[in-house]
Amino acid sequence: MKIFGLSFKVIKTLLTTQYAYMLEYRIEIALWALSGVLPFIMFSLWSQNDVGNSFGVNDIGLARYFLSAFLVRQFSVVWVVFSFEEDSLSGRLSPYLLQPLHPLFRYVASHLAEQATRLPFAIAIAITFFIFNPSSFWLPSLPQLFLAYLSTHFAFTIAFLLQSLVAALCFWTEKSSALERLIFVPYLFLSGLLVPLSAFPSTVLKVAMLTPFPYLINFPAMILSGMSVDIFNGFLAQILWISLLIPSVNILWKLGVKRYTAMGA
Amino acid sequence: MKRYFKTIRLFWSTAFASQLEYQLNFLIELLAMLGTLLGSVFILSLFFTGGRQLGDWTWESALVIQGVYTFLDGLTNALLRPNLTEIVNYVREGTLDYVLLKPIDSQFWLSIKKFSFAGLPEIILGLSIVFWAAIQSGSTFSLYSLFVFIFSLFIGFVILYSVWFLIAASSIWFVKTWNATEVLRALLAAGRYPISAYPVVLRFIFTLVLPVAFLTTFPAEAILGELKFNILFFGLILSSLFFIFSRLFWKFALKHYTSASS
Repeated sequence: MKIFGLSFKVIKTLLTTQYAYMLEYRIEIALWALSGVLPFIMFSLWSQNDVGNSFGVNDIGLARYFLSAFLVRQFSVVWVVFSFEEDSLSGRLSPYLLQPLHPLFRYVASHLAEQATRLPFAIAIAITFFIFNPSSFWLPSLPQLFLAYLSTHFAFTIAFLLQSLVAALCFWTEKSSALERLIFVPYLFLSGLLVPLSAFPSTVLKVAMLTPFPYLINFPAMILSGMSVDIFNGFLAQILWISLLIPSVNILWKLGVKRYTAMGA
Repeated sequence: MKRYFKTIRLFWSTAFASQLEYQLNFLIELLAMLGTLLGSVFILSLFFTGGRQLGDWTWESALVIQGVYTFLDGLTNALLRPNLTEIVNYVREGTLDYVLLKPIDSQFWLSIKKFSFAGLPEIILGLSIVFWAAIQSGSTFSLYSLFVFIFSLFIGFVILYSVWFLIAASSIWFVKTWNATEVLRALLAAGRYPISAYPVVLRFIFTLVLPVAFLTTFPAEAILGELKFNILFFGLILSSLFFIFSRLFWKFALKHYTSASS
């Protein structure tokens, strides 16, 4: 059986070695998890100033939304651009390109392994959150959990492909991490990390929904927190973005490798 | 003293020359900055829907805070980030040894070596927003309020620098402190909004433990002519303590520094 042209054995080896790597950096990963506090800061602001009512979410709804947004972000964070830039500048990329394994798969594996390492910290932070906000405690139903899990994975895939697109530009310019900043800006404001998108004025919301960003945090977080959301259209949009991005990454990557002359050539 | 000024001039003119080569980077930074500012102002505006206020701050006065934040962010990008994130590399590659051998204070050298000119537009824009929004909210500047404003900005910057330097200095033991810096940056983002808009517990933390209030809210109050004198005095003491502690900690860290090979 093969998945994306990879045999089961290769996948297993990739994942287990990357997981072993990640376990070495547990403290770092705990700090990374902590650095995602932004949704909690925003939650304290929105609830303290009683703004939620104006866009139809009560305090408990807000608490659940922001905790969900935090969790979704923990499992959809991507840093391909940075790994790739480092690998390409230090010349480590050349041996990777010679291997029959597409270098991107190595990055996919390390992201998935990191998510697995992150899981206990994310749970610990969620429990701490409930201790301070006991009234917001909830357990999503199994179908809810499943759909949220699925859409978070799709969110991760979209984010990963978007960054791979930027990473491929590394073949042309040395500084793709600067370009990544340009993607991060709309991600920060349109993904729903700072406020549920239902708070947006309707014209802004309409424009935002045409970009991939709301499907990276807002959509999965709405499902997980039990807010009403158009599940069918959300998944449709996620799948559309994925099927649009995969061929683009493929083409750009192939063009880039042709241009690639390694360090010193 | 003269030697130190001369060193700064030399460092920054070299930095300027080398950065002229990367004009595209400069353009990207500029775009990212404008986008960030636009986004933050948009999010801020959501708090004011339906004639509401944010922690007793009006829309115009809250924009002053946004301006101070932008200014400090520019200063961070110009000075703190390029220098203090490098310390980790000096430790990791063993080149810190060379820095320590130089006949100049090592903390000074490490903190001032680079200057990223891409931060300048943000600094200018931030200050412009501060003054524009302050005028909009009806503040009349006096020489005194301008002085207090500059002084409180200075206090805020010293605190920010000291905390950041502390984390960077701990790389002598932990080597990789990049993630801790990210946690700090995430918490500093709280400074985009007035401290009085936060719940009481956070207000306390953001004033005394991680004094975000001194970075943005208090300078904004200063230019609006609302800052109380005792807060300024307290800030002076607090920032001095932070700075002295960062220096003592650096001396202490160097005692434990064993270079890369030994």
